[in-house]
Order: sequence, then structure tokens, then C-alpha cells
Amino acid sequence: MRLELVKRPEMSRKMMLLSPVIAVGLTVITAGIVFALQGKDPLQGIYLFFLDPLSSLWGLEQLAIKATPLVLIALGLSFCYLSNNWNIGAEGQLTMGAIAGSILPVLAPEFDHWVVFPMVLLMAAAGGAAYATIPAALKVRFGTSEILTSLMLVYCATLFLDWLVRGPWRSPTGYNFPITVDFNSAAVLNSYDIGGVYLNFSTLAAVIAVLAFTVLLRMTLKGFEIRVIGQSPRAGAFAGFSARRMTLFTFALSGALAGLAGMMVVMAEIQKLQPSISPGYGFTAIIVAFLGRLNPLGILVAGIVIAISYLGGEAIQTTMQISSKVATVLQGMLLFYVLACDTLILYRIRLVGGRSSRETARA
Amino acid sequence: MLEAIILTVITAATPLLLAATGELVAERSGVLNLGVEGMMVMGAVGGFAGAITTGSPLFGMAVGMLAGAATSLVFAFVTLTLVANQVASGLALTMFGLGLSGLIGESYVGQPGIKLPSLSIPGLTDLPFVGPILFGQDAMVYFSFVLVAAVSWFLFRSRAGLVLRAIGDNHGSAHALGYSVIGVRYLAVIFGGACAGLGGAYLSVAYTPLWVENMTAGRGWVALALVVFASWLPWRAALGAYLFGAVTVLQFHAQALGIGLPSQYLAMLPYLATVVVLVAISGNRRKTRFNTPACLGVPFVPDR
Repeated sequence: MRLELVKRPEMSRKMMLLSPVIAVGLTVITAGIVFALQGKDPLQGIYLFFLDPLSSLWGLEQLAIKATPLVLIALGLSFCYLSNNWNIGAEGQLTMGAIAGSILPVLAPEFDHWVVFPMVLLMAAAGGAAYATIPAALKVRFGTSEILTSLMLVYCATLFLDWLVRGPWRSPTGYNFPITVDFNSAAVLNSYDIGGVYLNFSTLAAVIAVLAFTVLLRMTLKGFEIRVIGQSPRAGAFAGFSARRMTLFTFALSGALAGLAGMMVVMAEIQKLQPSISPGYGFTAIIVAFLGRLNPLGILVAGIVIAISYLGGEAIQTTMQISSKVATVLQGMLLFYVLACDTLILYRIRLVGGRSSRETARA
Repeated sequence: MLEAIILTVITAATPLLLAATGELVAERSGVLNLGVEGMMVMGAVGGFAGAITTGSPLFGMAVGMLAGAATSLVFAFVTLTLVANQVASGLALTMFGLGLSGLIGESYVGQPGIKLPSLSIPGLTDLPFVGPILFGQDAMVYFSFVLVAAVSWFLFRSRAGLVLRAIGDNHGSAHALGYSVIGVRYLAVIFGGACAGLGGAYLSVAYTPLWVENMTAGRGWVALALVVFASWLPWRAALGAYLFGAVTVLQFHAQALGIGLPSQYLAMLPYLATVVVLVAISGNRRKTRFNTPACLGVPFVPDR
């Protein structure tokens, strides 16, 4: 018995919608098995992990808070991946963006004016974009693999942040803890009560970005250019599209979004810099981008699904004493399932007996 | 001082060399497995667990090797049987490996490990300077060189190695000649996983006999860069691994050498060095392209 792939005459539209659903279904089953292996009730685990976060207003609020940076970063990454640019260093761009955006509130804490707010966001976007331009420029100029360079720069950014908060930017009133001074009120994202759920500006920004990216991808020449270059660089070249400019554009765009997302997390949650500012949003966003089929609306849904797994991990830890690390394992499995299920879009899978179809045909 | 530096360079280079050699074979067969980091970290947790439960560091190394190979099997199934995108699947493997190893290793955090013993030959090991360097290493250091020699012989002197390279360069023709493209690639990926697992186990059994979450700290990615640096030649990977080992340990000796940089900047060095080396290598395009397997990362579906 073995698997055999039969190419479909054309891409299956049904499977394009179904494959992420199948992948999520397989992840739920895997989760049940993992819980059972740890000697816990699988059904209770599945309920707590996947459904409990949706059952309270507080859960929905946390869901929006976790999904927001994931969606923002994944949107940028989707443009990279669609055009065959493998930016996997969003975590570093997030960190550098947050550092660049924190320059004003950390170095000029007494400058408490409304103009600080847009400047912080602008500098964060610029910082993230500039940092993302490094691997892009190296790819364009020297042909260096952007996969490896963008990832290496993540480690450098994290170490740089560590040095800043332990060295020159350490708060003089922080009892020697590795933290900067608290941001002043102009550089803080306030939450507002929206029907019992407290949300801040960043969630609105993520929703606007989803709409903007949908329009950009489907209705503009730039969106067409991205898709053509991704599917066939040769066809893109004949159409006069520059793959090099596209590399720089998509990297800078995704870096800017990662920087913004990182800055808004800092402004909303901790309001200062510390050695660790993100629970790996930049890496998890890669899963979000693929689970969302590199489509802006899909990414919005995928961001919510992955956010559930973050909260579910906390829920099973407090209620059932199962390690929250299960969430990371399931996120990795989910990406595998998504990629494997995508095969169904182009191929039909057949189980064949001992001999391959060619031999059978000959016999 | 010099002796101490050389000794730490060797232990820092060995895990990189093991992982890079395995990945080199996988890439020669045309499969780009970006999940080295995930396989290494699974090897590290497996090796640590194997060593402390049985008390035998060598058994730990074997468990680590198996853990790496088993992890790679997931990648092989998804990319070879289901022809999924290799880049994305490699990333998935890394995340999966980091997550699962953290889960498995939770109970091992803070436990003391068992260190792989070093060779000791009376007379030879006691020689000044050359003794500890040449005759005082642990078994895996010697094994890593045997492995490089064996892989080099296999790839360029054996018939099976020729088939493997042919599959990596033109899977269509190799398939037409009747070779099993998918079968050979499965074996190459599993070999790569086993080597990465060994490299990971070396970290938790010999380098620092401890389990710490994410203890590979990007070494899997450095190993991937080493394969490019080596332009897919095993002996050059050994040279690269030792260069990187030297850069990595520089941070521990920097103070004694009178380099006054903050520790975070020194810790950045291996990552920055990787970027610099990749740029330097890719600048020399003709040479890299000559050895790059032509079908690297290209999925293969047998036609009928």
C-alpha cells in the first residue's frame, strides 16, 4: 500500500476553501491524542483549548489582543511569500521597530504632546522597514539567501534590545531591573469600552489593514505584479516587472508592519522596553500567513484561530495542569497539516496496492 | 591560553560539523530541509533524556540520533510524498521541534546531565599542548571527522553517491533511468536528520551537559549556512565549522584577550559572521553555482 498523487486538470476551488478547515480538524484530533497521552480527558482538553476562550467577554478581548499583532505581521509576510521572498525574520523587525519607536518616549520622557503618538508609530514602521531592507538589499545586490540572513538578524535584534535595556537605556529609577523608563501618556495606547470588551486602536488598525491589503492585492497593478512575479518570475520580467524592486518593496512593507505591530504591543501592554517584548509573534505570524492561504481575509480568520491556541494553552495549564507548551507543538503541527492539505488543491490522493499504476497498466 | 581556546573551538565546532554534514547529503539529493534547528533540538532533548535515564552518554547520543531521524521523517513525508513546499515545511519542522522538545524536556530543566568522557591514552594525552588537543577529545570529535571522510568518499567515489548526486541535479533523468528519486531522497533526509540529532545530542551531552529550552540557539541555521559556505563539499564544511566554532568561542575568551565589547555584541558575532560569510560566498556566483544541486528545493512528482 502506498500513496499516489494524481494531478487534477485544474486547481480545486472547493479544496482551496476546505484545506485549512481539514487542517484545523486534524489539529483538534491531534490535540485530543496529546491530552490523552498525558493521561487527561481529551474532550475536556479540547473544549478548554479551543472553545473556552470564545465563551466569555474577557476571552474575546484577549483573543483580539493576541490576534492583532499576528494579523498585522502576517499580512506583510503574505506579500513577501506571494512574490517568492522568504522573510522569516519578522520577529527581529518587530524588535527593531519597537526600539526605533521607543527613542522619543525613552530619551525625551518629558516631551508629553499629542504629536509624540504619530511620531512613535512612524519611527517604529521606519525602523522595522529599515531592518527588513538589510536582507532584501543583500539578496538583490549579492544574491544572498534571504531566508538565512533575515533569520540571523533576529538574534542580533534581540541581543541589541537586551544590551539597550541593561545598558544605556536602563531606567535610573528601575531598581537595576533591565527596563527602560515608563512611557509618558502621549505614547500609550488606551483601551476603550466597546460593548463590554476593552480594545485599543491597534485592533482597528489591523482590520483596516486587512481591507487595505484586500484592495491592494485584488484591484491594483501592484497586487497583480506581486502575484505574477510569484507565480512566474519569467512572465513578470516580460511584463516589465522588476523582481528586485519587488523584493525591496515586500520586505520593507512587511518590516514596517512588523515594527508597527511590535510597537503597539509595547504601547498597549507594558509601556516600556524590557529584554522580551513578544512571545514569538514574528514566528507565529508565518503560520498565520500560510493558514490564511496568503489571502488578507483568510489571514484575519487564521489570526483568530492561532490566537485561540495561545489562550487555550493558558487555559489548559491553569485548569488541567497540562503544560502550555502543548500550544507551540500544536501550532507547528497545524502548519504541517496546512501544507500537506494544500496538496489536495493540485492533486487527488489515491491509495494504491503493491504495484504502481504504470506497472499495472503494462500488465 | 592558546590550548584552552583550541579545545573550546573543537567542542563548539563539532555539533555544527555533524549537522552540516547531514544537511549537505540531503541537499545533494535535491532536498532543502530548513528544519535542521528543529531536528537538532529534538536530538538535544533525546540525547539528554537517554543519557540520564540509562547513565550512558553514548546511549544518549544514539537516542539523540534516532530522535533527529524520526523528526526528519515528518518532513520527508510532507515534502516528498505530499510534495508540499520545502521552505515552508522546513520552517514548520523547526517550530514543531522547538515546541515538542520544550514539552518533553520540561521535567529535565535544572537536572545535572552526564558528560561524554574524553579519551585518555597514558603517555600520549599527557604530552604538552598536542596531547590534549589530538588525543584528549571525546569520541564524537573523532567520529565527526570519520563521518566527513565517509560522506566525501560516498558522494564522490561510490556508485550510490553518484546516483544520489544525479538525483539532486536532474531528478527527471534519474527517474527515467529507473532510479527511485523519492526513495533515495527519503534516505538522504533521514540521514540528515540523524546527523542533526547527533549534533544536537552533542550539545546536551558533551558541550554543556544540561537541558535548556531552545538550547540550540540558532546552530541549526548556522549549519545550513555552512552548507552554502562549503559549496556542498564535505571537507570545506569541516573547515567552515571550525571557523564558526572559533567565532563562537571568541566571546568566552574576549575578556582575557582584552576586547572590551559588551557581552551582547560578542554574542552577536556568530550570527553576523554567518551573514558576512553568506554575502562573501554569494558574491562569487560562478563558483557557487557550479556545485549547487540543480534540483535543490524543486518538488518531484513521477509522471505516468
